Amino acid sequence: MPEHDVLIIGAGLAGQRAALAAAREGVSVAIISKVHPVRSHSVAAAGGINAAISVADDWRSHAYDTVKGSDFLGDQDAIEVMCSEAPGEVMHLEHIGVTFHRNDAGELDLRAFGGASMNRTAYVADITGQAILHVLYEQLMKHSSTVERFEEWFVTSLIVDDDGSCAGVVARDIRTGRMETFAAKNVILASGGAGQCFKPTTNALICTADGISQAYRAGAPLMDMEMIQYHPTTLAENGFLITEGARGEGAHLLNSEGERFMARTAPNKMELASRDVVSRAEQIEINEGRGVGPDGRGIYLDITVVPRKRTLEALREIVNIGKDFAGVDITREPIIIQPGQHYIMGGVKTDKDGRTPIPGLYAAGEVACVSVHGGNRLGANSLLDTLIFGRRAGEHASARARSMAMPTVSGAHLRRDAETIEQIIARPRAGRRISEIKEELGTTMNQHVAVFRDETGLNSALEVVTRLKDEAQSAYIDDRGTVFNQDVLGAIELGYMLDAAEAMVVAALERKESRGAQYRTDYPERNDAEWLKHIDITRGEDGTPKVSYSPVTITQWQPEERKY
Amino acid sequence: MSEFTLRLRRYDPQTGEPPYWESHTIELEPHRSVLEGILQARGRFDGSIGIRCSCRAAICGSCGVRINGQPGLACHTHLDEALERSSDGVISVEPMGNMPVIKDLIVDMDAVHWKKIQSVTPWLLGREPVPEREYLVDREAMVDVTQSMACIQCGACVSDCLAMEVDPEFTGPAALAKAYRFVGDPRDAEHRERLTALSEDPHGLYTCTHCFKCVDACPKGVNPMGQIMRLRRIAGSDHHIEDRNNGYRHEHAFVKNVRRNGLLHEADLLPDSYGGKFNPRAVPELIASLPVALRGVLRGKITPAKALLHPHKASKELRAIFDKIESKPKRYELNLYVSGTDEDNEPQTAEAKG
Repeated sequence: MPEHDVLIIGAGLAGQRAALAAAREGVSVAIISKVHPVRSHSVAAAGGINAAISVADDWRSHAYDTVKGSDFLGDQDAIEVMCSEAPGEVMHLEHIGVTFHRNDAGELDLRAFGGASMNRTAYVADITGQAILHVLYEQLMKHSSTVERFEEWFVTSLIVDDDGSCAGVVARDIRTGRMETFAAKNVILASGGAGQCFKPTTNALICTADGISQAYRAGAPLMDMEMIQYHPTTLAENGFLITEGARGEGAHLLNSEGERFMARTAPNKMELASRDVVSRAEQIEINEGRGVGPDGRGIYLDITVVPRKRTLEALREIVNIGKDFAGVDITREPIIIQPGQHYIMGGVKTDKDGRTPIPGLYAAGEVACVSVHGGNRLGANSLLDTLIFGRRAGEHASARARSMAMPTVSGAHLRRDAETIEQIIARPRAGRRISEIKEELGTTMNQHVAVFRDETGLNSALEVVTRLKDEAQSAYIDDRGTVFNQDVLGAIELGYMLDAAEAMVVAALERKESRGAQYRTDYPERNDAEWLKHIDITRGEDGTPKVSYSPVTITQWQPEERKY
Repeated sequence: MSEFTLRLRRYDPQTGEPPYWESHTIELEPHRSVLEGILQARGRFDGSIGIRCSCRAAICGSCGVRINGQPGLACHTHLDEALERSSDGVISVEPMGNMPVIKDLIVDMDAVHWKKIQSVTPWLLGREPVPEREYLVDREAMVDVTQSMACIQCGACVSDCLAMEVDPEFTGPAALAKAYRFVGDPRDAEHRERLTALSEDPHGLYTCTHCFKCVDACPKGVNPMGQIMRLRRIAGSDHHIEDRNNGYRHEHAFVKNVRRNGLLHEADLLPDSYGGKFNPRAVPELIASLPVALRGVLRGKITPAKALLHPHKASKELRAIFDKIESKPKRYELNLYVSGTDEDNEPQTAEAKG
């Protein structure tokens, strides 16, 4: 049985950063990922990473923008940590080799981004996430003697021992089907978000809420689960992301009348208001009949106003996406976009060091909710979140590991999970296919838990999710093998997604106000008196979600009306 | 909606059966991707079809396969384009080459691709002292290495590398492009050491045969062969690394040969690569090449007259091209990210935008 001081689940930015931080502390470290690390979804982050590194900037300005962007639901102590540590982190990335683009003086160039009061987004063309992820993986290769890698291993459950501490995980080697118990003094969940609960989504097929649901099933509370970000610029057809960097470089949003409609909603920031604001404004244009495209469900993103040379240099990836996936040369004509599911602000509730209420269990990155994003995440703050809190979790877990003995873990957990997998494989070919259930979940969530919500819609979503949970119990698969049986993993992932989706719908029903990404047409106002608080969801004894509340930490910025 | 037939190469190591083809008919709009087609087949008909995939948008690099024999990403190939390139109206999808197959369309990238990446010291060896803030570096240099940084490690270039087919030990296009990412990075302190190692490796920098397969295969425009040629130019012209594989001298002999003859005079190329016909080092090489020359004569590919009496002489115009290029103070390197036509720099007028 492998034993480690710090065991990290997920090898995107948060996981790799945690692993490198822990290795530096000299403890034994392993990282488990269901895909090869460079396939992690961090690779898709395009636009950049925020940090107040300009001499004219101040991290407090970054922090205020983040608080305001969160619609005052973000915890200000955590936001202060993230923003004050950001410049050091970006410089660290630069020193280990990230190829950040430069200005003419050879310093890091900074681009404009949504909701930011000045240019503070460092970037590598529009492949910033890819560049950082690949450079961190370079470091993992460099430190291969101190960080053990289990690539293409799938975690089936967290092990919580009798005194309520996390003591390791059970995982399956995807290549061979072999199950293994990993004992660990500390487990850091860094396994990403839950975008596949929606269809369409910008998120990769691997974003199936694994960590969120594993922690939830282990008894950890989830927080801010109602806060689902719809990105303002996704391809109408398949949900692919068009980076906010495009608007950062100056691109316009136009309705069917050729009007820059953001002037009505956000006269100062225009297209660079925060994402919830822009997505809502777009949806209103579409709903009121001023949309574009064959079905009127789109909006024009006009990048032709950006000089062509600059677009080719700094927005290369979306030039390719436009050409390859929409048949549009974005340097010559506008491209049709629409709001699309992109990010979940909520997740496993943690403190500033990534600790969950379960001793020995940490979480960082999109799987976690610190909460630095509150009701709405600013563009280019997610990469920062993963790195800062990944590192802090890695450091804190290492310190904790030094003062404790390796927990003893029985083989019972493995036997239970192996049995579950055998049962799934043995299910008779009755009932529904996994793919059908997933499809129905995605379209339902995208219909009712989207930019605009109301009680009727949310109730019907809850009904569907509850039914799908039941149907998933008997959904059958085709693959009976052990080598790369992706079919059986799909069945387990479906279970994760359904649990997470249920928590999202319950939280959205609970919050009877409009704040950040949660806009309730039946409660259109923000209501600080009653709802300036987090909604926590815990799994009850009977398996159903239980709601409680926790306070929002306010340090220096009192809630005020948001204007962009 | 249109119907497409996908013919998938299936292989299950657990059955003991050899690989076989299996067809599925799927329904999608023609501009949808081959990956979406495969996922539809998997979702509707057979959940056991094995393929790695994640982002669907050509950024994670998971779904490298061969479509109608051509390497590429399944998510980055439209169904209608794939059909156009098919000879029999069916889109065939099989695993990438040069790497062992694990199951169906899934290959063992660790055994080949990642091992080669690991061999080029794939991390920055930063200049000392490390500055307090960022390293100050030329703006263009960072944009320049973005092209090799854009590599998503999908393995498409490795799949069809002809040199690797002949020499499985060859470092290969992806790993050499990765090497350029450091050699082109002004923050790296060990350019010369890296280049020396790559040049001296008998399976390294000079094993590439300029076949362009990797350039065609790359879905991200990384142009691996271009990066290899740049490594050679930097190793040879800037660092004057004369490698034991004779790669450096061969390249120079090639240039000299064309400059003198206008067309390549192959009989001179080999001795020139070893310092000329009368250089003692060239003699064993010439003797070793005799069987090849003899086969060429027997098959009518070479006549003694053509081989010995090269009829061409370089024209004045050709020499002028050589002179002009060699007199430039800086080499001009093609790079997707450093675009620079005059038209690109002109601000667009309202009229032009319509």
